[in-house]
Amino acid sequence: MIIARILGTVVASQKDERLSGKKLLIVRPLNLDGTEQAGYTVAVDTVGAGFHERVLVVSGSSARLAQGMKDVPVDSAIVGVIDTVDIDSE
Amino acid sequence: MQLARVIGTVVATVKNDSLEGRKLLVVQTLDAQLRPHGKPLVALDAIGAGIGELVFWCRGKEASFPFRRDDTPTDCTVVGIIDSEAHVTDVGGRS
Amino acid sequence: MIIARVIGNVVATQKNERYEGGRVMLCQPVTPEGAETGVALLALDSVDAGVGDTVLVVQEGWGASTAATGKAGAAIDSAIVGVVDRIDLLPPDAGRG
Repeated sequence: MIIARILGTVVASQKDERLSGKKLLIVRPLNLDGTEQAGYTVAVDTVGAGFHERVLVVSGSSARLAQGMKDVPVDSAIVGVIDTVDIDSE
Repeated sequence: MQLARVIGTVVATVKNDSLEGRKLLVVQTLDAQLRPHGKPLVALDAIGAGIGELVFWCRGKEASFPFRRDDTPTDCTVVGIIDSEAHVTDVGGRS
Repeated sequence: MIIARVIGNVVATQKNERYEGGRVMLCQPVTPEGAETGVALLALDSVDAGVGDTVLVVQEGWGASTAATGKAGAAIDSAIVGVVDRIDLLPPDAGRG
């Protein structure tokens, strides 16, 4: 699972029917200090996350284990909206 | 899946039993312009490819699916031979 | 999933039998802004995508296999599962980071 920030949305009307009604968001992985890493991924939202929020993203076949994602062809799913991250600064 | 050129073969007498009889190929991944990209990899052959041929390979767990999938330890398998360089169309064009 | 632009396709007569009838498309990954990034990859088409289309590529075997062939268990690691109509992005200075 990674921490990422939502950067945008993707609209695709011509898609696998199992993706119908699913919200697709563009997310960029974050470092623990909150800075952005390079790259991005398109993830399916399962929790109602919004623009700019920090979220938990699960990747690979585990993404299909998220609620409502059974038998959906996805490799990345947003499974939580982060409230806070506490790190031992030592 | 990625484009690649078969640039060699590997012979290994001592190997995992489930790789017995399997052909090992050295493949160089190519970009859309058919230029080498990244380091060469060793792939299992599922299709009968030979040195010099333009192929494509599959990565990950799915690489074991052409074989006895539950006990073939491979993460890189050649699954198709491309008919010729002319059969890779790239609208960007190759010079 | 990643975003990619379809830049071509390949023809392979001799291929794994599960690829029969599928179209193997050459896809160049792009950033959400549209710039090319990384090396081109091959993905099976499942949505009638064409050259020049911006598409969504799923890179997980079960999803790719069921989308492209209707059945799991094929030696397929990537499939095109959507054609992108529009991408909306936060402006770069909108308090990102």
